[in-house]
Amino acid sequence: MYVAVKGGEQAIDNAHRLLAKKRRGDTSVSELRVEQIRQQLPLAVARVMSEGSLYDEELAALAIKQAAGDLVEAIFLLRAYRTTLPRFSPSLPIDTSNMLLSRRLSATFKDVPGGQLLGPTFDYTHRLLDFALLAEGEYPGPQVTPDAALEPCPRVLGLLAQEGLIKNEADHGESIADITRDPLELPASRVERLQALARGDEGFLLALGYSTQRGYGRNHPFAGEIRIGDVEVWIDPPELGFPINLGSIEVTECEMVNQFVGSATELAQFTRGYGLAFGHAERKAMGMALVDRALRAEEYNEEIVSPAQQEEFVLMHCDNVEAAGFVSHLKLPHYVDFQAELELIRKLRKPAEGSKHE
Amino acid sequence: MNDMTQVSVRDAAYNFAYLDEQTKRMIRRALLKAVAIPGYQVPFGGREMPLPYGWGTGGMQLTAAILGADDVLKVIDQGADDTTNAVSIRRFFARTAGVVTTESTPDATVIQTRHRIPETPLHADQIMVYQVPIPDPLRFIEPSETETRTMHALNDYGVMHVKLYEDIATFGHIATAYAYPVMVDERYVMDPSPIPKFDNPKLDMSPALMLFGAGREKRLYAVPPYTRVTSLDFEDHPFEVQKWEACCAICGSRDAFLDELILDDAGTQSFVCSDTYYCAQRVSQQEQGQ
Repeated sequence: MYVAVKGGEQAIDNAHRLLAKKRRGDTSVSELRVEQIRQQLPLAVARVMSEGSLYDEELAALAIKQAAGDLVEAIFLLRAYRTTLPRFSPSLPIDTSNMLLSRRLSATFKDVPGGQLLGPTFDYTHRLLDFALLAEGEYPGPQVTPDAALEPCPRVLGLLAQEGLIKNEADHGESIADITRDPLELPASRVERLQALARGDEGFLLALGYSTQRGYGRNHPFAGEIRIGDVEVWIDPPELGFPINLGSIEVTECEMVNQFVGSATELAQFTRGYGLAFGHAERKAMGMALVDRALRAEEYNEEIVSPAQQEEFVLMHCDNVEAAGFVSHLKLPHYVDFQAELELIRKLRKPAEGSKHE
Repeated sequence: MNDMTQVSVRDAAYNFAYLDEQTKRMIRRALLKAVAIPGYQVPFGGREMPLPYGWGTGGMQLTAAILGADDVLKVIDQGADDTTNAVSIRRFFARTAGVVTTESTPDATVIQTRHRIPETPLHADQIMVYQVPIPDPLRFIEPSETETRTMHALNDYGVMHVKLYEDIATFGHIATAYAYPVMVDERYVMDPSPIPKFDNPKLDMSPALMLFGAGREKRLYAVPPYTRVTSLDFEDHPFEVQKWEACCAICGSRDAFLDELILDDAGTQSFVCSDTYYCAQRVSQQEQGQ
């Protein structure tokens, strides 16, 4: 009898035990601890937190362990957990101009107030495999200047805005949408768009951002500023009457400066695209900023011709939990519909009556 | 109770049927709207479920929202109770809701399904919950949601008939074998979910309530009991359902939807009922008759 897709509880249970065995690998090698993942794979943890929309390094590291290193699966695990959590309050806007910086660069100016700070980066590393990492050992720490003073580091785009050279982004104090609680209806607001992009798949945003650079919705970007560091998170519970600090989170922020808009009545101004991600996540933040700017095409009366400019296309396909789920569902049995198709195609291939002798 | 039902103990670590009460309330409100406007796609705040999108998260959220402690739940996929995903979803509700589960169609009060409507006629105390991948029947003609919502609002379904006509012009037949579009209550064109068109007539004037949930697309819709549901067709090309020359190799049925099995390298075919409960019932009746 036909058994190929008939599983039953025993088969499912055993499949899960096999998975656990595969995840554990050779038991003569000591088991990976969640804390090791958290400490030693911080960029993977950052991606899982961003796209999982939950800032919790330990749980993200646990998800990575449980997913055997499959980050999209880890993101899904974190999302499924997040959805069960109660919402207490939206935070006050984080103040990234007061960030405790670990890295900061502007490609648009040689020097900026507060200076450029290279920080921990893969940039300028020669991508040569470091065979020394095959062995365990001590690593030389960075040189430190113990008496360095803190300097204010105003946001670069703020400096341009002072001169009126870039479109100002005004806070209209609108209530904050939550695309995880209310269905996204199109056209979406920029708030909803940015939320969707912040949860969006890094690879998808990277490819779409890249496509704008190659001419599919070109908007001439400059990396106005990228900053990585810790910011405080505050909430203002109405029953307290004063804001309270919940702690700090590490974020990566990217502000792109893009080519200008202007008209007979309006002086030319640069425009901007914005990207923000949890942890150290430059590629994600830059891809997001490029796509955010591309999606503002309608706002700036640009012709919408390319995928990155099409809001519905981008927002409906940027979520990797949705995309991975729907692609993977093709693994489920479809034999009833396929049987219906078989019946149909056989019928279509039968010569029409009377045409046999033609 | 018979040997087809199973009693389970609820895992108290989760809220009844997993979702929190506010979410269930939100879904029930959307369902009321859906029942009030048969065939209309209602947006709802779909949640991330602990199963992947595309694996029945829409149907599961609807089931979670309507399930009560006294309900008896049946879950089928491809018409069968023992396909892996049906087993997985049934276990999920056995664990989180502790409801009685069954394979018996008449004994179930809620039936969650993917791709089939049971062969056994439904009755008025039953609710069918369908898992829906793409809720909009116009999606394959017009990919933009903004456009299709307007088309539904304006009753602008000309393109759908053009598509069916083009099929006839190209192939001589309407080339849609499943997810065959229906007109609900003479107002909304609806995707009946990817059931084979064989099952479409079962939707018409059914005494059971039909609920449809699309989790990833965050839409739900409904067909209330005793609602006219007609499959789109033309006077000279009337709607017709699949027929098989063979009968079921197990129970001998000539009226059921049959699955085709390939038995050997020579491609020898055999056909069996896709509805496993229906097939087993017929076999046991035949045995009793002997």
